[in-house]
Formats: sequence, C-alpha cells, structure tokens
Amino acid sequence: MTTPLTKQSTESGSRAVEPLLKVQDVSLSFGSVRALRNVDLQLMPGEITAIVGDNGAGKSTLVRCMSGIHRPSSGTIVFDGAPIDFRSPEDAREAGIETVHQNLALVEDLTVWQNLFLNRELVTKLGPVGILNRRKMKSEAERMVSTLAVNVPAVTSRVRRLSGGQRQAVSICRAAGFSSKLVIMDEPTAALGVQETARVEELIQRLRSEGHAILIISHNFAQVMRLSDQVWVMRAGRCVAGRRTAQTTGEEIVALITGAQAA
Amino acid sequence: MSPTTSEQTAEPAASGAAPVERQSVSQRLASFTGWSEWAAPIGLLVLVIVFQILNSTFLSLGNIEAMLAAAAILILLSVGQTFVVATGGIDLSIASTMTLSAVMFGVGYGADWSIFLCCLLAVVTGSLFGLLQGVIIGRGKITDFIVTLGGLSVASGLALVISDGQPVTVISRFMLRLSTDGIGIIGWPVIVALVVALIFHGVLFHTRFGTHVLAAGGSEDAARATGISIARIKTAVYTVAGIMAGLAAILLVARVGAAEPAANTQFLLNSVAAVVLGGVSLVGGRATIWSPVCGALLLTALTNGLTLLGVSQYYQPIAVGGVVVLAALLARFQK
Repeated sequence: MTTPLTKQSTESGSRAVEPLLKVQDVSLSFGSVRALRNVDLQLMPGEITAIVGDNGAGKSTLVRCMSGIHRPSSGTIVFDGAPIDFRSPEDAREAGIETVHQNLALVEDLTVWQNLFLNRELVTKLGPVGILNRRKMKSEAERMVSTLAVNVPAVTSRVRRLSGGQRQAVSICRAAGFSSKLVIMDEPTAALGVQETARVEELIQRLRSEGHAILIISHNFAQVMRLSDQVWVMRAGRCVAGRRTAQTTGEEIVALITGAQAA
Repeated sequence: MSPTTSEQTAEPAASGAAPVERQSVSQRLASFTGWSEWAAPIGLLVLVIVFQILNSTFLSLGNIEAMLAAAAILILLSVGQTFVVATGGIDLSIASTMTLSAVMFGVGYGADWSIFLCCLLAVVTGSLFGLLQGVIIGRGKITDFIVTLGGLSVASGLALVISDGQPVTVISRFMLRLSTDGIGIIGWPVIVALVVALIFHGVLFHTRFGTHVLAAGGSEDAARATGISIARIKTAVYTVAGIMAGLAAILLVARVGAAEPAANTQFLLNSVAAVVLGGVSLVGGRATIWSPVCGALLLTALTNGLTLLGVSQYYQPIAVGGVVVLAALLARFQK
C-alpha cells in the first residue's frame, strides 16, 4: 500500500516539471509518402529518452524535424517553452539542440580541435579581420576532451588517425560542449565494437549526470533498457506507445514495435 | 559482475594507452614523411644543385634575378589555384581570366585612365569573372570542370573581342619600374607575389574562412552539418582565383610592356602543376601555400635551367608534364 503511494508522489513530482520538448500532432509527407502521422511525444529535462521502431518507422524523420533538417507539414514542436520553426540545422544549434549524426560529421583531414570548433571558431578581432585564436581553441579542446571516458589522442592529431570509438567520442564531445540543452544521437554505437560501445555508453550517462537531456535512436534493445529513462515506440509513422523504461521489459517493447501488442 | 567489468575497462584503457604513446612517435614521423608536401622544396633543391653543377651561370645573380621575375606571375596564379583545389575543385579558366584582365587594363589605359585605375580595373575584372563562375558552380551546382572550361573559352574569346585582337602598348614609368626595379636582386614582381602569398597563407590558416575552405574540401557533408554554406565557400574560392588572375595580369602587362590577348595556356598547366607539386590534395581538404609557391619556383627553375643547357624549347612542356605526373605518382604512394 505504501509503495504505490510513494511511486504516485514521485510521478506527480515529475509531472510538475515541464517537458523540455513536446511534439504535438506532427505530420510530415514526402509527396504521397506519409512519413509521420500525428506524432505526439515529449522529452523530460535531464533524462535519456529513446525512440525505437523498425526501419522506416519514421524515427530519423522525426529527429530531423527537431534538428532543423525537415520542417513538419503540420503540428508543432515546443522546445524549452517556445514553439520552434527551424529553417536550418544552424537554427537548431543556436536554440540549443545538437545532433550527433550517424555519419559522424567530422572532417578527417582536420585536427580534433579544429573539428570541435568547426564553424564556431574563436577569433581575435584585428580591425575588420578575425584572426583565429588557435592557442585558446587548443587548450579549450584539451579541457573538453579530458573529461571524456574515451581515450582520445592529442587534440592536434588529425581525425583520420582516430578509431571509431574515438571519433564518436569527439562527435559527442562537440555536441555536448557548447551549452546545448538537448543532444540528439542517431545510432550512437552502431559502428562500434563491444568495448568502445561500453565506453560511449558511459560517456552518454555522464552527459545525463551533467544535466543534459539526451535523445537516442537505437536498434539495440539491451542498450535502450540500460541507458534510457523513457522509451517511445514508433510504428509506420506513428508514435504508438510511451513507457517508463523502469516499468517495461524488452519483450513488451519488441511486441509494441512489431504490433503484436497494442498500446 | 562489477569487478570483471572494471577489469575489462581497465585492461583496454591500459592497452589503449600504449598505442597512443607509440602513435605520437609514428605521428611525428608521418607528419615528417607527409612528404608530398615536401616534394616541391626538395625537388627545387635537387634541381638547383644539378643545374648548378651542369652550368655554373645558373646561380649567378643575374640568372637568379631573371628566374624570380619569371616566377612571380606563376606564384600568384598558383596561390589562387590552391584555394580552388583545396575545396576539391579546379579552375581551368585562371590563365584566360588573367588574359581578359590584362586586356581590360589596356582598355583603361587606352581611355587615358591613371595607371592606378587600370590596375584596379584589371583586379576587378578578374574578381568579377571569378565570382560569376563561383556563383554558377556553388549555387547552380554544376561541375567546376565544365564551368571553368567554359569560362576558359569565354574569357579568351572576350579578350579577343574587346581588344579586337590587337595589343595595346603600355608606356608608363610606374609599370616600367615595377618590372625592372626591386630591392637588391629581388624584383618588385616577386616581392608583390610573395607578400600576396604570405597574406593568403594567413587567410588559409588563421581565419575562419580558411578553416571552412579546408573543411568543405575535406568533407562537404560534415561541413554542411555544422552549418557551413558550401555554395558560399565555392563562390569565394573562385573569386580568390579571379583576384589572383587580376593581380597576375598587372605583372604580365608590366613584363610584356603591353596588354595583349595572348593565349597564355602554359600558365594554366603550370598553375595546376605547381599545386600538384605542392602536395595539395586534388580531392580537397589538405593544402599549404608555401609548398605550391616552391612548386612554382621549381617549374620556373626547370624551364630556365633547360634553356641554359641549350635544350630546345620544344622539350620544355614535356619536362614540365613529366615532373608533374611524377609528383602526382609520389603523392599517391604516400598513402
């Protein structure tokens, strides 16, 4: 009798916190293909939220609406209390939404610090000309990288020399490094080995403990169960269910994805 | 369970540290053997030694003076070409743009403009032509090869139309002094070229624009994902190439003493050659300025040395072509 009571109180407590991001009745069509149909879901601040679903369920499309690549045909997305209308990924970044892309979006021929500060370079104004402040960027990059659970070689080495896990760490570091409020990760460990996956997961958990909200798309159910606080299930362009991770099982999630179980 | 996991994480961390240590040594080695970048300076050195042994007048003050003067135009064009190639493009029109700019210089001169305005007209012509090509390539998303090949034809055609095929003799004390005076044995043309090269070295490595040029060349997708406008970068690099063609045109007019609609095709081949010798990656993303400058000096020394040795002029294009393909081969084997 006491247990449900405390649970209820914590639940109502979490309800009092405003969601960081609310997707309301969002639809998006590409020609005759309806990629998203009336999607509703929300992300709480300071939590890891996972979106799962089969290939083509609309996960990536939905995430691209949040990161400014697509614009919904209808419906609204409210972020941090205000409806968003991003025209480009740049707008999303300025609002505080960072995306770690599946293809990592690093320039191999540039160094780690150059990648960390790409299009955010620190400059010293010399009249009308901005001169790169290389020293400051290097030392800042050093500091950003030193907090990583993953061993990254000197920030002056080129990304070409980095392993998959190290690259992923640099990508995540870049996304988390600039006072972002929400970090979106599309399949953050898909290309990694077992040990590297473990370290990247450790890194993701550290971001949460630092107060970042994180949204991950993953095909790896074990990972979703390990990492996330909240799971949303998508099927055929709809968001069909939402569960607190602690109150569901891998079996239930699989059943929801395949449609064997109705929400 | 937990002790094993901590052991598991501790172990790769330890074994991970070792390769990092080793990497820093091999890295230093690799950055030294990043020798496609060193091909031009080393090649230049070897060439100078060989020619000096074969003909002792090669390193005489007079000949050094002549070589530097001859290299100035090519240095400017190579700097422009480097910016374009750093984005993974190529500017086939750069020499023709120079011709067009030179002809426009003559038009200004014919209209009794001051020499300063004529110079400005040449640079403005070059930059506008470059800008136009850049907009078509960047915004229109048309292959640079085709656009600049068309540009080559259009610019040389325009030069002929505007000048009616006739050279305009330019008699000016300023231009004469530009081509004959200098500091010591170093003539003004090469001083101008080296100062411009130095400035654009700064642009490439010490400005946001330069970083974005290398990023756009290294990975368009990655650059775009961080909000860099590829179209804007492409437009800008072809404009830089145009500005360089305009500056080179001033030196050309000073050197020839006339603004003429000559073809100048050897400058196109040599500008690409200097960039290749300079170890600039043809797919983009990696570039230096000083190395293509050495490449330009090397090509000039090669032509000059062969002439001194009495080798027929007809063999020179063969030598230049051979050296360039050899340099490209060396760069290939670096990987």
